[in-house]
Amino acid sequence: MEKRIYLDHAATTYVRKEVIGAMLPYMEEPYGNPSSLHSYGSAARKAIDSSRAKIAAILHALPEEIYFTSGGTESDNWALKGTAYMNKAKGKHIITSKIEHPAIMNSCKELEKDGFEVTYLDVDSEGVVDTEQLKKELREDTILVSVMTANNEIGTLQPINEIGKIVKSNSKAVFHTDAVQAAGAVGIALDDMPVDLMSLSAHKFYGPKGIGVLFIRKGTRIRPFHAGGEQERGKRAGTENTPGIVGMAEALELAALEMSNESVRQAALRDKLIKRVLGEIDYVRLNGPRENRLPNNANFSFDFIEGESLLMRLDAQGIAVSTGSACSSASLEASHVLLAIGLKAETAHGSCRITIGRGTTESDIDYTVGALKKSVGELREMSPLYDIKAAMGN
Amino acid sequence: MYSEKVMEHFKSPHNMGELKDANAVGEVGNAQCGDIMRMYLKIEDNVVKDAAFKTFGCCAAIASSSVATDMIKGKSVEEALNIKNSDVVEALDGLPPVKIHCSVLAEEAIHKAIENYKEGVK
Repeated sequence: MEKRIYLDHAATTYVRKEVIGAMLPYMEEPYGNPSSLHSYGSAARKAIDSSRAKIAAILHALPEEIYFTSGGTESDNWALKGTAYMNKAKGKHIITSKIEHPAIMNSCKELEKDGFEVTYLDVDSEGVVDTEQLKKELREDTILVSVMTANNEIGTLQPINEIGKIVKSNSKAVFHTDAVQAAGAVGIALDDMPVDLMSLSAHKFYGPKGIGVLFIRKGTRIRPFHAGGEQERGKRAGTENTPGIVGMAEALELAALEMSNESVRQAALRDKLIKRVLGEIDYVRLNGPRENRLPNNANFSFDFIEGESLLMRLDAQGIAVSTGSACSSASLEASHVLLAIGLKAETAHGSCRITIGRGTTESDIDYTVGALKKSVGELREMSPLYDIKAAMGN
Repeated sequence: MYSEKVMEHFKSPHNMGELKDANAVGEVGNAQCGDIMRMYLKIEDNVVKDAAFKTFGCCAAIASSSVATDMIKGKSVEEALNIKNSDVVEALDGLPPVKIHCSVLAEEAIHKAIENYKEGVK
């Protein structure tokens, strides 16, 4: 029997059985349009209301602060553009970081084309945002600051509370955080965070694809973009995805219940993986912090070989991972995150991201280390760069 | 994304390694871009008697250099110089548009190796 091991949970997760079970009825029975006045509609409306309350309770927010979107990308776009256009009379300066998700980076690029000025904060070699630079960059006309809670490539956890305090005490800017990778993995308590907007996405915590949340703190003004009916308090039109919403609430609830155990269990597996890789393979480095990172994330750069070919070799052995190599991206550019933490392009090309999940076992980790050793070895034999190194060093 | 031919060449590359008695070596590409191909040729009586390669790069790069060494073995120097990147792409049953540059690199590696040979002969 061919072994198959999925280690790309940061890209997406499977939908867990309990979530599928919670969603299915809403496709067949209470399938009415939640805005309809008849009983088919009100049954769906009830499910949405209770899902919204459930999600709010988990995040320590108010139900009326939870807005449903089609996912993290929409939430990010809405947060950035909705805030920018709502506040442009007050100012046109936006601050974000150099390692945000493309949904943030490209939203900023669009805003720049439309006359907004964006400052991209530097990060240190572990990916932590430069808070001193933030203090210097905040201005009278800064209307928005957006920094992600946890980085999707190298797992760095940002000091969100500290950043929020700096923003609030030095400006009138709205503070948004993309918590897509953090939700379900680390604790989030919005009553204790100086955050105005937060993005979440269900398919990263064992919920379905195509559904997410934008948390909008009471009193925060934002321009709506989805014109149409009056759904989501008139802020985001479109017939609600009842099964998706119910599924997302179920998934988040289960993730919150399991979090303390799962985060410890996954961190232990991650640490074993890191220890074995750094100890048993040479010319390798860990990208991102050793301690202050997502419990399930490991990201390595293997010298002398290229990421896509490593990924495919691992795939042939049943293992699914991802890479920050230029060759694997449609744009043919190396990961902006890896370049921002100071890696040379060729080191970024040799990168491999491994993200553990609920189903990952210790034997999966051991098998993966074995497969890595084999594939890295084979690709190095094929590489003219390893050749040169051997000639120089040995 | 990739054809079966590309995956074949990627999983079991042909002529991978060095040629100890190579009299033509050409290297193209750079680590910055993420692609480096080095081609070793043994040319005798104006014919490519043997060829081998070493590549740092993605599946398409490895497959392109692998199939290129197959294509030039047994050819005359002139025939080898006439091989175009489109021939490499055809031999691989196609490459995704974003990977075509890998086939161009293979064509350039052949040319560089033969250039190196001609300089040696002078």
